[in-house]
Amino acid sequence: MADKPRIKLPKEAAKGEVIQIKTLVSHVMESGQRKDAQGKTIPRKIINKFACEFNGKPVFSCALEPAISANPYIQFDARIDEAGTFKFAWTDDDGSVITAEEKIALKA
Amino acid sequence: MKAINRRQAFALGGGFVMLTLMPMAADAEVTGDAAKWIEKFTGGKQPVKGKISLDLPEIAENGNTVPLSINVESPMTADSYVKDVMIIADGNPNAGVATLSFTPLSGKAEAAIRIRLATTQNVIAVAKMSDGSLFTEQKTVKVTIGGCGG
Repeated sequence: MADKPRIKLPKEAAKGEVIQIKTLVSHVMESGQRKDAQGKTIPRKIINKFACEFNGKPVFSCALEPAISANPYIQFDARIDEAGTFKFAWTDDDGSVITAEEKIALKA
Repeated sequence: MKAINRRQAFALGGGFVMLTLMPMAADAEVTGDAAKWIEKFTGGKQPVKGKISLDLPEIAENGNTVPLSINVESPMTADSYVKDVMIIADGNPNAGVATLSFTPLSGKAEAAIRIRLATTQNVIAVAKMSDGSLFTEQKTVKVTIGGCGG
């Protein structure tokens, strides 16, 4: 783990423009259904929640189940009305949270 | 050509019944775990087909990572927007896949994720609008190699 999440979004946008944001975070997303060589079930360990907010206001979030692929890729849109900061948070089953921030400016 | 004997005729007839029944079952009736997920999400209300475009490959070679993208028709303003979209895979051991929550700030009710599919099955999306109306769409995906591990 501990890899920095990868986030792709434009550096600047026109006021009112809808931009696309792509995120990818490294995580095993262990489903809790697989068995190891000894036949024991490998305990579930997934990212169960992702949230994105912009200047403190929620933009997009999702609740994830074990049916999400390893290294979850999430793509969504956001409307830009002002310059500001996106905050991203991935919450793990064990309670730890991976966070990231990205800034965006308004086109002059 | 040999005349069809009684046993073959019976098998043929059975096949016919299956064929005619199957599409109906796939479109209208969602059973088991998937139905429970949908009911929890809709509160028992019947969603209407439409407004959603669900994009999935027809055949997924690797069930471990199947690209899914979804787009729900909506102006996405403070008065009228898509609130939540639930994605369900009715053939997975655990039917729930993800619940996407949008806000007017999302600009578009559009998202893409990658999901695991255990076998060939239907993927269902149910969208809840800000006014409480519900829409649904589903797609069948053929899976060559299942993605839940044994």
